[in-house]
Amino acid sequence: MTEPQVTPPVEEGPGETVASRFAFYQRAGGILTPLVTTVFAFFIGGLVVLLITHKNPFSTYKAIFNGTGLNWFFPWISHAERVNAAYNLQSTLLLTTPLILTGLAVAFAFRAGLFNIGGQGQYAAGSIVGVWVASSLTGLPGLLHIVLGIVLGALAGGALAGIAGFLRATVGAHEVITTIMLNWIVFWLAGWLFGQQGPLQTSRERSLTQSNDIAQNTHLHVFWGNPILQGLHVGFFIALAMLVVYWVILNRTTLGYEVRAVGFNPEAARYAGIDVRRIYFLSMAISGTFAGLAGVIDVLGWKFVLSVDDIQGQAGAGAVGFLGIAVALLGRNSAVGIFFSALLFGALLNGTSDRHLDPTVFPPTLAENLTLLIQGLVLLFIGADILVIYLWRARRRIVPGKLRSSST
Amino acid sequence: MADDALALELRGITKRFPGVVANDRIDFDLRRGEVHALLGENGAGKSTLMNVLYGLYHPDEGEIRIGGEPVKMSSPKDAIAQGIGMVHQHFMLIPVMTVAENIVLGNEPRREGAILDLKAAGNRVRELSERYGLAVDPRARIQNISVGRQQRVEILKALYRDAEILILDEPTAVLTPQEASELFAVLRSLTDEGLSIIFISHKLNEVLSIADRITVLRRGKRVETLPSKHATEEGLAKLMVGREVLLRVDKTAPNPGEPLLRIEDLAVADDRGLEAVRGVSLEVRAGEIVGIAGVDGNGQTELIDAITGLRRVVSGRIQVAGRDMTSADTRTVLDEGVGHIPEDRQARGLVLEFSLAENLALEDYRRPPDSRWGWLFPARLIARARRLLRDFDVRGGGPNSRAAALSGGNQQKVVIAREVGRDPRVLVAAQPTRGLDVGAIEYVHRRLVEVRDQEKAVLLISLELDEILSLSDRILVMYEGRIVGEFGPETPEEELGVAMTGGRREVAAA
Repeated sequence: MTEPQVTPPVEEGPGETVASRFAFYQRAGGILTPLVTTVFAFFIGGLVVLLITHKNPFSTYKAIFNGTGLNWFFPWISHAERVNAAYNLQSTLLLTTPLILTGLAVAFAFRAGLFNIGGQGQYAAGSIVGVWVASSLTGLPGLLHIVLGIVLGALAGGALAGIAGFLRATVGAHEVITTIMLNWIVFWLAGWLFGQQGPLQTSRERSLTQSNDIAQNTHLHVFWGNPILQGLHVGFFIALAMLVVYWVILNRTTLGYEVRAVGFNPEAARYAGIDVRRIYFLSMAISGTFAGLAGVIDVLGWKFVLSVDDIQGQAGAGAVGFLGIAVALLGRNSAVGIFFSALLFGALLNGTSDRHLDPTVFPPTLAENLTLLIQGLVLLFIGADILVIYLWRARRRIVPGKLRSSST
Repeated sequence: MADDALALELRGITKRFPGVVANDRIDFDLRRGEVHALLGENGAGKSTLMNVLYGLYHPDEGEIRIGGEPVKMSSPKDAIAQGIGMVHQHFMLIPVMTVAENIVLGNEPRREGAILDLKAAGNRVRELSERYGLAVDPRARIQNISVGRQQRVEILKALYRDAEILILDEPTAVLTPQEASELFAVLRSLTDEGLSIIFISHKLNEVLSIADRITVLRRGKRVETLPSKHATEEGLAKLMVGREVLLRVDKTAPNPGEPLLRIEDLAVADDRGLEAVRGVSLEVRAGEIVGIAGVDGNGQTELIDAITGLRRVVSGRIQVAGRDMTSADTRTVLDEGVGHIPEDRQARGLVLEFSLAENLALEDYRRPPDSRWGWLFPARLIARARRLLRDFDVRGGGPNSRAAALSGGNQQKVVIAREVGRDPRVLVAAQPTRGLDVGAIEYVHRRLVEVRDQEKAVLLISLELDEILSLSDRILVMYEGRIVGEFGPETPEEELGVAMTGGRREVAAA
């Protein structure tokens, strides 16, 4: 029996949930939009450089690029340049590592239709537990000590986000609100733990509001570069492995299937017998685990000690936890996309830091602001590409929504 | 009645959308004082044509003439100025405002320049409703009046703006049979007063009973315009679909076996905590289709929710094949052999962003062969999907196509393939053909009868009386949360209609 195929153009508008809306824009834009977005942001950034400093933006960008160390991949640079580039690239990848993880944290929640913007608090929770485990319990064998610290740190992040997930699942408290509130609980908890007379304050010097140093044998192995000069540690590979884990969970497990179903259409998932509340809790917990992992890896990889200022100073929008939102958005919640956007933001942060940028090319005070400027533009254009697609579609749907409800 | 002067002419209207010609050189004319029905399946181009006429779309080619003069419609404002009024399928009314306020909205009578003259508004509304026999109380609030009355308000709104041509988009979709026949009487009095009406529908019987002429569209083209006295339902269906269509469901007498679904004295609360199902008892036996008729909002949704574990039960019992399923969770209920075709396939039946393979696995993904120890095997999902898509004749996409890319009829086939493919003992079908066209409806009905003939119990809930009557072996009427009567499949529509509006109370022999 045939049904006549008089299918009108399938006029699907943006869907009902965050995740389905996102998938819609992703299809509409493909890989092109994030690329164009980035190029455009750099172009505008260059205009600003030109207008404010009257310097050639190309030479500024070249200096930033060299500051990122990405020129290490060019075969034609001299030996001296390569040594310097290697050092720069190590710093870039050192920043990329936590950005991959906080990006994954935001992306995983996103896939379940949840918006975890408490990555910074979960990152802090992970680093606090990490520094506590690694600075106490001395005498444990190094590897066991490291694994214990990483696992407990990651779980701390997971538990913190899990609270938000639990509240969402049980009383419907919105995770945007609760994760932000939980951030501040962690920031101030750190102030008490590492502050004057705090239970975890360093025993070395009573005026310092910071933790004890972690045990020497808990430092992550530096496989590239000089350990004294913050070479690249093996945590980078943990982050890369988590990209694979992320993809596998979502695409090859029943849990990931449930997460995606709930993210796209919680009603249909409920009708099919999926426990939506359980998925809300679990995906927040998993999301927080990624962020907690970022925190503990940074502590064991290069920070080695935590101060109150370190944690509370990170409350601003430039911190890795918050940057994870940008990473996930630009990377469009895909594992590959998150890798590249984490690398982009890591490179930007590093290339414009005054350590790396030649002060004669660009005033150091402006350098960091240029990072923020480009970050902001990237985010703005991510929002704008949604707008552009929307307008482009609206052109043929004179009354939006009209076509979906009526027959043709 | 109709004279030969033309109120409206559409000449060669063409409207293209990317990839499809929604209207292909359509000619359409409307005589003064006639009801001209526009008939066609979903996607045939009816709404596009009306949106062109109402100024919502600009045609790529063609001409609109009103009273012989070519006019250009660049917005609904122009259309209204030309005396065209449109009553949309979904009403555009403000629930908390009164009838009079809604009618004058956007065009309010004023005193001394700025002050809203509600008294004048009320008078004008009263005058209009008396003239056309459209009884409504101008002071009543929209939220307190019935859907049929709300529709009258929409019509009055158009008349208030001096409409001479009325477009009614699927006006009976929301009405009971009684309300529909009242509407038809109103339409008659409007045409007697010289108004012209374009009546959009895909229901053949009502088109035949109200229209003077019928224009049939198919795939964006006008197939034929004919006077309704020369038309038959079969002939129109053939024109719409392009082939012979079986309008009557072909089924043998039922052979009911043991009861598979048994509900005893069930009470269920709605979202606001009010009792929506009040002591329903019913039984569906193997090999029969039991239809539940009723006006929307009389507890049907809550009843389905309770059976399928989506809503807790206040009191009473639900048994599936002898096992107690009262307040069991959805997964348990589905795994115990209940299939559920939900009311709204796009919102509840499918994950539109998922592939067809993923959608077909929505209830079985947790079990082998789909998965083992939480590990999913996408290749097996695809293999199963390939089989189901073939068995259930789903067209327009393969296992990896996204559900959103399919037409409504094929989306519903996917839902049916999933639910029937699990071989349930009890199948709950809620509005299984809503928004589908004739060809797809025929398919769904045939499948439901097949399920029945395989000795399953089918509970059909529908707002379409035609559907209830043609499929059910027994009919229960639900009103205000109660079963108010049980009827046989040969019961006249009017009798069911009376029961649906609470006209008679009979306790069902469950």
